[in-house]
Amino acid sequence: MNKKIKYLIIDIVSLALAVIIFVVPFYFILLNSLKSRQEAGMMNLALPASLHWENYPEVLATHNYMMVRAFYNSVITTTGSILLLVAVCALGGYVLQRVANKFMMGVNFLILTGLMLPPAILPTIWVMDIIGIYRSLFGLVMVEVALNIPFTVMLYRGYTASIPREIEEAAYVDGCGSVRMFVQIIFPLLLPVTASVVVLSAVNVFNDFLNPLYFLPGAKNPTVQLTLNNFMGRYANSWNMLFADVVLITIPPLILFIFFNRKIVSGITAGAVKG
Amino acid sequence: MWTLTDFRFVGLYNFRTFFSEYSMRIGIKNTILYAVLTCGFKAVLALGIAMLLTSPMKTKHIIRSLVFFPNIVSTIAIGLTFSSFMHPTRGLFNTLLAHFGIMGPDWLGDINLALYSVIFTDVWKGVSVATVIYIAGLQAIPETYYEAASIDGAGGFQRFRHITLPLVRSSINTVIILALIGGLRTFDLIWSMTRGGPGFATDTLASIIYKQYANGFYGLSTAGNVVMFFLIAIIAFPLYRFLISREVDI
Repeated sequence: MNKKIKYLIIDIVSLALAVIIFVVPFYFILLNSLKSRQEAGMMNLALPASLHWENYPEVLATHNYMMVRAFYNSVITTTGSILLLVAVCALGGYVLQRVANKFMMGVNFLILTGLMLPPAILPTIWVMDIIGIYRSLFGLVMVEVALNIPFTVMLYRGYTASIPREIEEAAYVDGCGSVRMFVQIIFPLLLPVTASVVVLSAVNVFNDFLNPLYFLPGAKNPTVQLTLNNFMGRYANSWNMLFADVVLITIPPLILFIFFNRKIVSGITAGAVKG
Repeated sequence: MWTLTDFRFVGLYNFRTFFSEYSMRIGIKNTILYAVLTCGFKAVLALGIAMLLTSPMKTKHIIRSLVFFPNIVSTIAIGLTFSSFMHPTRGLFNTLLAHFGIMGPDWLGDINLALYSVIFTDVWKGVSVATVIYIAGLQAIPETYYEAASIDGAGGFQRFRHITLPLVRSSINTVIILALIGGLRTFDLIWSMTRGGPGFATDTLASIIYKQYANGFYGLSTAGNVVMFFLIAIIAFPLYRFLISREVDI
């Protein structure tokens, strides 16, 4: 068979499959979030008789505008985690790559261990309770940062290896101190990987369900993922409401995805090279 | 609220209770089955998709974005959506099967099937990250290797067997390690699709740990946490060493 025709067929078949497998579910979510309760209960792909935009304000208003509170909590947690992660891991990854001695190798091993092993939940709660940060947004930020450090340090360490040492040597010769050198010279060079870190950890922390469940318990002060979990009990038969919630909580990561599509991909692949 | 100052040392009592419960044994079995199956499917399927998406096809950039899309939606939202697809009478899956005259099963309500339904959903979501990692690995293989092999008369399968497979090994290892550890720790999807039910059919270590925590059995919950810790350590570290030792450089 002609090579051109062969590839044309491959193109058409794979595009069709990709649409069915990956687009239809999201089309389904969007469509059903705009249906009436009865229509959404049919769970099919039929177009709604009329568009029920009021599902969205209704979901937002449930439980005295709990969703609004949840969005506030999730945004604060995500922003706080990102700022701390970048500050801590840029420094950490840089030093771990540049200083090669036994001690640093030990530290590095410990950090990589964090990639694999599950966190100990009750001891963490115990410690957080003692220092008074359990059930607080600050506490949740601390947990998210701690759990995301291994991967982020790995990204920064890998990227630092691509920055030539001569730059630092030249700066030292010109009388630049170490703090100023990191802030003014190294950190700007780390910006590409910082962009990946920001996008990846934003999606990660914003979509996290397990940690808010353990470390920010109580129905009054949820994050957006917890609202969906709570609604699954409350709205067990109102699929239109559930899907409206799904759409609302997917908008922030979707915006990030649209603008930083390439960054997300390059971040994952950069983290995937040998540690 | 439990008090932290007031505790008794109970030795290995919690571990004994933990292992003597029927739900525990099924939980450990489910966790391992879940991790191995999701890991295997992701590692194999994603390699195929990635090879397709690095071939000279025209729509590959669109498809790459589409494949990656599930990754930005939270696991709990995906769990909810797929529970709707898997509704025994009205769900999309069974309506579709009904068109072919097949009476679809109760995907999440059948004790023997529920775990596999959740595994299917996990693979659907997780194949995207694996594909991205493979694409990066495949693109790093110099084109000249394939040209040289073609001149020597190597066929498509031989090129795959002797060039692609060894050189994409470090990506394969990354995918396996990530997927396996993720699978051993799985919670979000189980919780949003079945809550461990029906019965204990889909309970994994992480969901059991959470249930015991939520019911106030903090000792048992922590014992479960320690069991999960050791299970992952025993599986992941030796596997990591073994996989790394078999890598070759490009």
